[in-house]
Amino acid sequence: MTNHWIDFQNSDCILIMGSNPASNHPVSFKWITKAVEKGAKLICVDPRFTQSAAKSHIYAPLRSGTDIAFLGGMIKYILDHNLIQEEYVKSYTNAGFLVNPAFKLPGDNDGVFSGLTGETYDKTTWSYQTDADGKVKKDSTLQDPHCVYQLLKKQYSRYTPDIVSRITGTPKDKLLEVYKEFSKTGRPDKAGNILYAMGWTQHTVGTQNIRTMSIIQLLLGNMGIAGGGVQALRGEANVQGSTDFGLLFHILPGYLGAPLASHTSLAIYNDKRTPKTREQNSLNWWKNFPKYSASLLRAFYGTNASLDDAYAYLPKLDDGVDYSWLTLFDQMYKEKFSGFFAWGMNPAVSGANTFKVRKAMTNLDWMVNVNLFDNETGDFWRGPGMDPKKIKTEVFMLPCAFSFEKEGSITNSGRLMQWRNKAVEPPGEARPDAEIITDLYFRIKELYEKEGGPLKEALTQLTWNYGPSVMDGRLMHVDIHAVAKEINGYFLEDKIDQASKRAFKKGDPVPAFAFLQDDGSTSSGCWIYCNSYAEKGNMAARRGTKDPSGIGLYPEWAWSWPVNRRIIYNGASVDSKGVPWDAKRAVITWDGTKWVGDIPDGVGNPGSGRPPFIMKPDGVASIFGPGLADGPFPEHYEPLESPLAKNLLSDQMVNPVVKRWDKSGIGTVMDAARSADPMFPVVCTTMRVSEHWQSGVLTRWQPWLVEMQPSLFVEIDPELAREKGIKSGDQIFIKSARGQAEAVAMVTARLKPFTIDGKIVHQVALPWHFGWATSATRAYGAKDKKPELFTYGNAANRLTPNIGDANTMIPESKAFMVNIFRKGVA
Amino acid sequence: MVEKVELIDVSKCIGCRGCQIACKQWNQLPAGLTTNSGTYQNPPDLQANTWTLVRFREVSEKDGGVEWLFWKDGCMHCTDATCVNLCPAGARIHLDSGAVGTDNEKCIGCQTCVVACPFGKPKYSEESNKAYKCRLCTDRIENDSSPACVKACPTGALQFGEKGKMIELAYRRARELGGDASVYGDKFFGGTHIIYVLEKKVGFYSSLPAKPKVASSVIFWKDLLKPFGAWEAGIGLASIAAASVSKQRRNIFDNDRHNKRG
Repeated sequence: MTNHWIDFQNSDCILIMGSNPASNHPVSFKWITKAVEKGAKLICVDPRFTQSAAKSHIYAPLRSGTDIAFLGGMIKYILDHNLIQEEYVKSYTNAGFLVNPAFKLPGDNDGVFSGLTGETYDKTTWSYQTDADGKVKKDSTLQDPHCVYQLLKKQYSRYTPDIVSRITGTPKDKLLEVYKEFSKTGRPDKAGNILYAMGWTQHTVGTQNIRTMSIIQLLLGNMGIAGGGVQALRGEANVQGSTDFGLLFHILPGYLGAPLASHTSLAIYNDKRTPKTREQNSLNWWKNFPKYSASLLRAFYGTNASLDDAYAYLPKLDDGVDYSWLTLFDQMYKEKFSGFFAWGMNPAVSGANTFKVRKAMTNLDWMVNVNLFDNETGDFWRGPGMDPKKIKTEVFMLPCAFSFEKEGSITNSGRLMQWRNKAVEPPGEARPDAEIITDLYFRIKELYEKEGGPLKEALTQLTWNYGPSVMDGRLMHVDIHAVAKEINGYFLEDKIDQASKRAFKKGDPVPAFAFLQDDGSTSSGCWIYCNSYAEKGNMAARRGTKDPSGIGLYPEWAWSWPVNRRIIYNGASVDSKGVPWDAKRAVITWDGTKWVGDIPDGVGNPGSGRPPFIMKPDGVASIFGPGLADGPFPEHYEPLESPLAKNLLSDQMVNPVVKRWDKSGIGTVMDAARSADPMFPVVCTTMRVSEHWQSGVLTRWQPWLVEMQPSLFVEIDPELAREKGIKSGDQIFIKSARGQAEAVAMVTARLKPFTIDGKIVHQVALPWHFGWATSATRAYGAKDKKPELFTYGNAANRLTPNIGDANTMIPESKAFMVNIFRKGVA
Repeated sequence: MVEKVELIDVSKCIGCRGCQIACKQWNQLPAGLTTNSGTYQNPPDLQANTWTLVRFREVSEKDGGVEWLFWKDGCMHCTDATCVNLCPAGARIHLDSGAVGTDNEKCIGCQTCVVACPFGKPKYSEESNKAYKCRLCTDRIENDSSPACVKACPTGALQFGEKGKMIELAYRRARELGGDASVYGDKFFGGTHIIYVLEKKVGFYSSLPAKPKVASSVIFWKDLLKPFGAWEAGIGLASIAAASVSKQRRNIFDNDRHNKRG
């Protein structure tokens, strides 16, 4: 999130799209309710009339997978009616940048941007015109036909209400009602907010969905202000934290791009990953990249190795190879690797196309399942359709402690790092993850030391001083505070910081990331967390409840990255003279000598001319975003599986640069996908309910929750139900090109058929929390724990396609094609 | 102790059911086997083991739109409480807070309260031969805490406080909402200690009768038997209760059958 949960109360208009916070983030509704009480308008756009829709002033239905068309129409509306916050757009975005005249928009280029070669873009034309000094040419009047603003206008001139309505199925009057209401926040004293979740990310155009809204927020001047921003409502309490710490394959902790095989030295790696700019006023914060990479290497290896050697130890990604979840399971399916740790994950339920996932697991020699409960993944070998006698995989179960059974921090969606104490001891043999990892580390290290192995120093030279150790160097137990301190970072030698002239002693904690060094004299396990455990101790454990800002910043409650800033990009909440756009909700104010309020972001002294988006090389926010794989502007493409045979906007059906397994010669029958196929005429999305969590491993064992939501169900509109002879409560089959699931029918007027390009298209939805392991029909052995109440139904992900977003590879679980039948009929 | 009221502002209820599970947890009520019958509402009704239930109702509108109503259902905690008045065993009691408490040790399973409650809230368990309902977390409010449901509510749809203040809040909120919004409860049976702010006309909320009444048959039987001391003795009350079951009341027994499955 750019902002934080409490800040929702400051909005004048909240758009809920791609999320359903009333069901899935109920506590957020405390703040949404406060905003509404103060007069805010609440808008919900969703294929289903959800619990959130029920609380909204305006509800607009849309077909799954058509968000860019919907939002592209909003961009057109804003531009046509000149509702932009002009000064903001001119000063703080790249709207005036002049783009290479050879650049072509999809409207002039068969539905794709210029540069498409095969399945990737050559981005040469996605560039700016520059002067002799290499500086970007600009037109501050925004009139030049090649400036970003005019290109934006041209791109979305195609997204008329008529065509948008034909694509999305949203009635035209509803489209316009939403556009009109949200665009009102373009006034400098109005704040509009957007809450999204998996409903936006889990698409082949997921990243571009969010880009489209980011463009709208920039046009309306909503970024950086109280009650504004773009909010990713995370699906778990600590997803933000795990992302910050490099859970994903393409980044190291602190969003440092992962090293590639072609980055053969630290110098090359730093050079490739450090952005450069010729814009004189731009701070270009990422110029500090070498300080963060050096400090991370020091956190890993301390002074056991030189920085160059430490870099050499790091694993590298092969250039151009994708290591995402979908690819990993595809490789497992193709027997490319033989061992697997499922750590706090239940891919047999949560992975797209679980038939393929489960089949892939049969190729493993061993699997280690680290979890609170035995689950469908650890038990895949005795799941439906499996013959244990024919499966070679040896599975080890390591029980681990739940979050209440250990001490540590979580970082929530609002980037708030909160320390939590241990409430109870873990049961039985369950141990905290850090203890399990530590035990594993020392055993593997010992094996390397005894037996050797390629690049054994990568392991043997790691520092692992997180607590008291016994004679052989092993830890007696993990002191999680030592880990937190290493994340913050230390001075590893006496040092005078050149910028501040402050002197530090070896062993001092680094006060903030501005003090991190590129010469190896500092460590930091995650630079954005530097300042979280420094001179004043464990900042995340703070529980101060003062709010001098009056807008709910609560700066002494825990700690927020970066440097306790609660609203990022807040340098854009003031005009170029330093005056807040909205004095009533000022995030930062200049008191004559310094900024007060939130920790200022990027902004120099008033009138300094420094553009506030300092994480962008040019200092301004990107309306034109050439960094993405699939286009500098978002363009509507149909989901991999669509009810349509043709994209109504262009001849390009699907995002041209997504990785396809469904094409012949690449995948197998397991990777099938079907569009405009009468066998699968119904649009489907997965979703969640309040009562269950993720793959249900924690909640399906809980009888109170199972009592409320006992089974997999499919929400079906009454017309489709009539057509299929299905009544509420009937047992049904739901089928896709990949598999089928048994479920209970929930016939509801909350879903309505769409009219898509003049034809009726139905949409259904089902939650993905269920799995066979807690069902009544499975076999329970003598030692198997039986749930107090059984659940009914299997994983919804049996149906979902294994296709990912062009940038992130997140699977497209929110738009695919199915059919439904009453049990006994098919 | 000052008289206290729980205020339920349905306009702020998001149907998350935090209150329903908080009730189960605080009161350690067992879960029962359920099926999905085509609604999120589950169990389908209040039960001997479900004292707080969030009801979900879809309403189709003339323009083709739909509304989805959520509201918390449970004992209304009347001042002039029929169950207290009629219970022959003293198992229904008035508490200082104004809530209607239960002393289930004393319950004789006669089901008088089940039949007599004008709101249909107490539920009978054949297994224990007792009737159950919300106690407004007596133990919590006696220790200056709010009921578990209120504590769990994330949005402020549930509030708990001094009676006068809550009623004032309720009327202010109803005025704010305008339209068909109204306050429900304060005028019935000397004032209930659960007070609703309803956003739509009362008829939309199926568990809330517009004009709650004690069934005349209940009063008839009580008056008939009282002179003989039989009422207090609880003689034959179950059969009397059965005899006085109206068509509307039959639902309760249907639900009890559902209970038994649990």
